[in-house]
Amino acid sequence: MTTLGMRGPVRIRREHAAVLVTFGLLVAMFAAGSIVYPGFGSGQVVVDLFIDNGFLLVIAIGMTFVILTGGIDLSVGAVAALSAMLCAFLLEQWHWPVAAVLPLVLLVGIGFGFGMGYVIHHFEIQPFIATLAGMFLARGLCFVISIDQISITNPFFTEWAQTRIPLGEETNLTPTVLIGLAVLAGAFWTLHYTRFGRAVYAIGGSAQSALLMGLPVARTRIGAYMVSGLCSSLGGLLFAFYTISASGLHEVGTELDAIAAVVIGGTLLTGGSGYVVGTALGVMLLGTIQTMLRFQGTLSSWWTRIAIGVLLLLFILLQRLLGSSRTRR
Amino acid sequence: MPGAVLEMIGVSKGFPGVRALADVDFRLFPGEIHALMGENGAGKSTLIKVLTGVHAADAGEVRLGGDRVSVTGPQHAQTLGISTVYQEVNLCPNLTVAENVFIGREPSKAGAIRWREIRRRAAELLTRFHVDVDPGVRLGACSLAIQQLVAIVRAVDISAKVLILDEPTSSLDRDEVEQLFTVMRRLRDDGVAILFVSHFLDQVYEVSDRMTVLRNGRLVGEFPTADLSRIDLVGHMTGRMLSTLEQLHVPEETARVQAEPVLKAQGVGRRGSIAPFDLEIHPGEVVGLAGLLGSGRTEAVRLMFGADVADSGTVALGGKPVSLRGPNIAIDHGVAFCPENRKSEGLIEDLTVGENIVLALQAANGWLRPLSQAKRQELVGRYMTALRINPADPDMPARNLSGGNQQKVLLARWLITQPKLLILDEPTRGIDVGAKAEIQKLVVSLAEDGVAVLFVSAELEEVLRISHKIEVLRDRRLIAEIGNIGSVTPEGILEIIANGTTS
Ligand SMILES: Nc1ncnc2c1ncn2[C@@H]1O[C@H](COP(=O)(O)OP(=O)(O)OP(=O)(O)O)[C@@H](O)[C@H]1O
Ligand SMILES: [Mg+2]
Repeated sequence: MTTLGMRGPVRIRREHAAVLVTFGLLVAMFAAGSIVYPGFGSGQVVVDLFIDNGFLLVIAIGMTFVILTGGIDLSVGAVAALSAMLCAFLLEQWHWPVAAVLPLVLLVGIGFGFGMGYVIHHFEIQPFIATLAGMFLARGLCFVISIDQISITNPFFTEWAQTRIPLGEETNLTPTVLIGLAVLAGAFWTLHYTRFGRAVYAIGGSAQSALLMGLPVARTRIGAYMVSGLCSSLGGLLFAFYTISASGLHEVGTELDAIAAVVIGGTLLTGGSGYVVGTALGVMLLGTIQTMLRFQGTLSSWWTRIAIGVLLLLFILLQRLLGSSRTRR
Repeated sequence: MPGAVLEMIGVSKGFPGVRALADVDFRLFPGEIHALMGENGAGKSTLIKVLTGVHAADAGEVRLGGDRVSVTGPQHAQTLGISTVYQEVNLCPNLTVAENVFIGREPSKAGAIRWREIRRRAAELLTRFHVDVDPGVRLGACSLAIQQLVAIVRAVDISAKVLILDEPTSSLDRDEVEQLFTVMRRLRDDGVAILFVSHFLDQVYEVSDRMTVLRNGRLVGEFPTADLSRIDLVGHMTGRMLSTLEQLHVPEETARVQAEPVLKAQGVGRRGSIAPFDLEIHPGEVVGLAGLLGSGRTEAVRLMFGADVADSGTVALGGKPVSLRGPNIAIDHGVAFCPENRKSEGLIEDLTVGENIVLALQAANGWLRPLSQAKRQELVGRYMTALRINPADPDMPARNLSGGNQQKVLLARWLITQPKLLILDEPTRGIDVGAKAEIQKLVVSLAEDGVAVLFVSAELEEVLRISHKIEVLRDRRLIAEIGNIGSVTPEGILEIIANGTTS
C-alpha cells in the first residue's frame, strides 16, 4: 500500500563514506611516502605505526564509545598517566606482584569512568565539565604519587618491552600490537553484536527516544564512560611498557589526539554514527603523518600538529557536506 | 466483566505552573479498545506518561492486575507488559528500520545479536502490516507516516497485555488507519487491553468500545462509546456546546482568478520525488492537495518553497520568474511554509513559546532590527488568543506544551509574517476538534483577506471544506485539477485517485 519509504535507491551510507575517505587518504599518504622516501614502504614501517601508536589506538577506541553516545571524555590522557604512575609505584616502591598490580590499575580506570558517567547521567552535568574535572583530579593524583619520573625495573616489564614476535623475515611485532588489535576486535564486536553496543548508538541518535523505547539509558551511558576508563588505563599501561617508565607529565594532550582520531575516522561528534574501524584508521593516519615528518627529517614535529589541524577541519567540513545531503529529503 | 488489568486511582500530576492531572481515575479492561479523549492540553499524554513511569505521579496509585505497582520507567513498564507508542515518533533516526523494531529485545545467540534473524523477522512483520519499506534503510530517511507505522509495528510486536497508542494515526491515511484498526481489533479479541488517543472523532467512534474524557486535567467521565453522541462528547471535552463545528461556508466564487497569480509553476519536478507539474495559485485562493500517503503531496509543496530544489521547470512568484534555490529566496518573496514534521523541522523546543512565534518574523526583518518589546508582546498575544494556545503563557518553554499546542505555535509563527502565499503541510495534525475548526476558519478568513494558501491534508473532508481548487496526486504525479463545486465528494476524489483519471 504505502509506497513512500525509501527515497531513491540505497546509497552508500554517510558513515561508510567517511570511513572510506579516511582509508583512501591513508593509502594515498602511504603511497606518497613510499615514493618520496626510500624505505618508507616497508612492512616494518606499518608495524611500527601500530607499535608507536598502540596506546593511542586503545585510548581512542574507548573515546569512540563515549562520543557515540553523544558525550566526550577529556580525562583519558590523565587517567592513562595515572594508571602508569600507579602501576610503577606499586611495582617499584611497594614491590607488589605484577599479577595483582595490573588488574588493580585497570579497575581504577574503570572506577574513574564510572564516577564520571554517574555524575554526568544522574546530575545531568555536561560531559565536558565532568570529565574536565576528572582530568584535573587524575593529573593531580599522579603528582601525589610522585613528582618525579619513576623508571620501571620490574623484570616482567623489561622483558616485555624487548619481546619481539617475528612476522616474516624483516618484520617484528610487539605484544602491544596484538593487544591493540584484540581491543579493536573486541570493541567492534561489542558495538555491533551486543545489546549494550546497539544501545550506545541509540542513545547517540536520541537519548529521549531511547528512554521511551525502554532501553537502559543510565546503564549504557555510564557503561560507555567505564569502557573509556578501562581503555585509558590499558593505554596507560601500554605506554608504560613502551617507555618502561611513568611520569605525571606523560600523555599530556592525548585526549585531544584521541578525539582528533575519532573525528577523522568519521564518527560524528554529536553521536549516533561512526565505527571503531574508522577510529583505527584515524590513528594510523595521524601516525603516518608523524612518520613522514620523521623521514623528512628537517621539519619540526610541530608540523604534525598543523597537519592534524588541517585534516580535522577538512573532515568536519566533509561530515557537514555528507550530513546535509543526508537530511535533505 | 472481568477485573481491570490496569487501574489508576486519584492520580495527580503537576508541572511548574500547570496542573496537568488532578485526581484522575482511570480503568482499562482486558479485551477492550478504550479511547482517551480531551482537547489539546487536557492531560492525555501526561496520563500515559505517568502510567508508563516517564513522569512520577504527585499523588495517587497505579494498579496492574489488582496489585499496586510503582512503575519506574518505560523499561519497567515494558517488563510489566505495557507497550507504548508515545505521541510524536520516538524512535532513533540513526538506526535502520529493522533495528528500531527490535532494539532492546534483539534475538541473540551466545550473547551475539543475530542480524540476519532481525532482518528476516522485521521484513516479515513489515509485510504483515503492509508497510512498504526496506527494513535496511535508515529510519531518518523515511517519511513521518512510515516512522509512525514502524513505531506501531514495534509496539504491537512486543506482545503485551496492555497496548497504549497516543495519536498513532495523526500522519496516516485511510488505508493505513484501516489496517491499524484491523490489527487492534484482532488484538482486542485476543484479550489485549488497548488505550487509544485520537482527535479524529470518526476513528474513535469506529474502533473504540468505551471512552474516558478529560478536561483541563480533570476526569469528566467514563462512557460506553455507543451511549455517547458526538455532540455530547464534544460538549464534555470542551465544556461548552459547540457551534464552531458547523460547516464552514467556502466563499462562493470567483472574481479573484483574474488577478495575477501569486505563484505560477510550469513543469516543475524533481527526479525520484515528483513528476513535473503545473500549478497556479491566485491571491485569495485556497488550493488543496489531495492524494494518498506517498503520492508526493509533501514533495510537491517542498519544491514550491525551495526546501528541495527542482531539477526542471520554472516558477514565477508574483509574476516574476525566480529560481528557488533555497527557502530564503521563497521567504523573501513572501512565501511561508509550515512543515509537517514539527519535531525535527520546526519547533525549537528550548525557546519559549513567544520566541518561537516571532522567530520567522524576526528573521524576515533581519536580526539587526529587533522588534520592539511592546510590539512583540502585542503580536504574540494576538496570535496566541486567535489560535487558543493553552496555557496562554508566552514565556513557557515550547517543549512543555502538549503536542497539539506545539502545532499551533508553529502555525502562529508563519501567520505572523503575513505572507502572500502560505503553504501548510498537515496543519491540523494532532489538533483537537474545536481548534481544528478554528484553524480552518482562520485559513478561510486569510484567503478572504487576499492571502493565497496551498494546503496539504490527509483528510479529504478537510481539503474539500476549505479549498477552492483541488489538485489530485497519485504515484508522485499530479493527475487532476478540479474546481471545488458543490458536487465534489471525498468518494469522488478517491475514485479519481483509484482510476487515475478525471471522470
Ligand atoms: N514536561 C512538561 N513540563 C511542563 N508542562 C507540561 C509538560 N508536559 C506537559 N505539560 C503541560 O501539561 C498539560 C497537559 O499536556 P498533555 O501533553 O498531557 O496534553 P494532551 O492531552 O496530550 O494534548 P494533545 O492532544 O495536544 O497532545 C499541558 O498544559 C502541557 O502544557
Ligand atoms: Mg498528547
